[in-house]
Amino acid sequence: MIECKNITKVYKNGNTETIVLKGISFKINDGEFVAIMGPSGSGKSTLMHILGALDSPTKGEYFFNNKDVSSMTDNDLADIRRDKIGFVFQSYNLLPRTTVLRNVELPLMYAGVPAKEREERARASLISAGLSEDRWKHLSNQLSGGQMQRVAIARALVNNPSVILADEPTGNLDTKTGEIVLDTFQRLNKEYSRTIVLITHERYVAEHANRIIHILDGEIIEDEKNIKSRVVNYSE
Amino acid sequence: MNVKDILQETFAAISVNKARSGLTILGIVIGIGSVIAMISIGQGAQNSIESSIESIGSNLILIMPGAQRGTGIQVSAGRGSAQTLTQADAEGIQQNISLIKAVAPETSRRYQITAKGNNTNTQVVGTVADYLQVRNVQIDTGSFISEQNVRSLSKVVVLGPTVRDDLFGEGVNPIGQTIRINKVDFKVIGVTTSKGGTGFGSQDDIVFVPLSTAQRFLAGDDYLTTISVEAADKNSMSTVQQQITDLLLQKHNISNSQLADFQILNQQDIVQTASTVMNTMTILLASIAGISLIVGGIGIMNMMLTTVTERTREIGLRKAIGAKRKDISRQFLAESIVLTFFGGFLGIFLGWFISFFIKQFAGVSTSLSLFSIILAFGVSAAIGIVFGYYPAKRAASLNPIEALRYE
Repeated sequence: MIECKNITKVYKNGNTETIVLKGISFKINDGEFVAIMGPSGSGKSTLMHILGALDSPTKGEYFFNNKDVSSMTDNDLADIRRDKIGFVFQSYNLLPRTTVLRNVELPLMYAGVPAKEREERARASLISAGLSEDRWKHLSNQLSGGQMQRVAIARALVNNPSVILADEPTGNLDTKTGEIVLDTFQRLNKEYSRTIVLITHERYVAEHANRIIHILDGEIIEDEKNIKSRVVNYSE
Repeated sequence: MNVKDILQETFAAISVNKARSGLTILGIVIGIGSVIAMISIGQGAQNSIESSIESIGSNLILIMPGAQRGTGIQVSAGRGSAQTLTQADAEGIQQNISLIKAVAPETSRRYQITAKGNNTNTQVVGTVADYLQVRNVQIDTGSFISEQNVRSLSKVVVLGPTVRDDLFGEGVNPIGQTIRINKVDFKVIGVTTSKGGTGFGSQDDIVFVPLSTAQRFLAGDDYLTTISVEAADKNSMSTVQQQITDLLLQKHNISNSQLADFQILNQQDIVQTASTVMNTMTILLASIAGISLIVGGIGIMNMMLTTVTERTREIGLRKAIGAKRKDISRQFLAESIVLTFFGGFLGIFLGWFISFFIKQFAGVSTSLSLFSIILAFGVSAAIGIVFGYYPAKRAASLNPIEALRYE
């Protein structure tokens, strides 16, 4: 469960202060599929960094599973990221010239999971992410964009996180492969009850979620709950 | 993250850019290789000098004349040209000092020697039979000067191998032939075994005649240029040296030992001095080679900094999925240590090869010691840590958000 209480983020650049987030409060329950939507510059990326324990808020409190993350040290934040959060980035961020399996195993290496168990779990999460097995031994740079993003999703799943944070996961993909990726998220949410937070600037993408939090200029302007999510229809 | 994981990551990263890693390693290879080669040359030279000092005799004490030092202006004459040691001194040492095995007085000077139209200029040593033992001279063919020869002022000569080669040619047996030293005819009665050594230090470019003959027919005086004394054993050397000093001071009527008109050299002192000089030489050579090692280390640092910049996004990602600062810094430190270790390993082979090559083709003796290999390994690992530390620290302290955005 994620709870933000009056989150404020101020960036200082010399003498000028930029207030990026102006007291944001919301709650995301386990098993929700939430889209955070807003135009560029609205502060949604900063919010995601805070939700992802990559950054700390200037003011306010951030509870992750009822633990206050906002005042944690660097090392504790790294532990949270390692054990509780799975990231999916717009630009995949896979290790180049490295096999798919090894890419997926990477978070487990930092968690100190033994090599044998790592591979088993990597295989399981690749299946969940829907990447066909004949690609598993490929090097990451030999894959198409959609396949790379599914490897990234598998990597985000592998440590069995409480929440998956996806930052514009379809931004680099064409509509069709974007649909496949969004379908993967929907499936993970429905079948495996994964909590997913999706950040996007496109209404169309956001509509795949069950709830849309709109932010603009660092403030929440609308929280649409219980929307009837758009069902992906494609044929593979 | 265990050691195996770190090493796997490291080898994967190093093999990504093989050319760059290879060139960086080459810098370390050359650095370590030249340090090892230089140390082996230095130690080889030290060993050969020590063994050539040992070859002039064992437990040897040399007494040489020196001008009496007094107050006021002094005109310094070359050592050995002073005439302060006499036969009486040698006999005095022989009779009064107990801890000695043998005493060999000698008078030596360079003369022109001719034989059958060949001629050479060499050291002519007038000495006694004991010289053989004291100075560790081996006879190859014939015999050395006997006590009888000395008593009867025989005009006989024992040749060093170099002189034999110069006058009669290599492999020729010169025994019974006559050579002319300073217009006096001498009969050859023996040839010594080669001792090695080259140039001015050669123990082979030398001839021996009876002491009495040299004093009477060649030098025309009774003075000695050196008295060689063999002490009973190593431990008695300093005692013997002190006793001889006291004896000669008394015989020469000198009360202040600062004003002694002779000089005593102890073989151990010579060995020690030579070792000190050679050690300094070795350190000098190694330091020069060490500069290339430092340059190699800077190459490592340069490569690691480039790598950190290139892999900024990757570092950001690793941090995002839970890598701690220490995980990142360990990974980059491991990379630079592996590079230098690998370079050090190859460098040992290069150094070994160079020292072998020099020994084989340049004729300089070299000595590869375990110490220099351990030193090289230690130094290369240390270079990996020192020059890898800053890039690793830089990588570890990257802000994950900025690193992920880095283009």
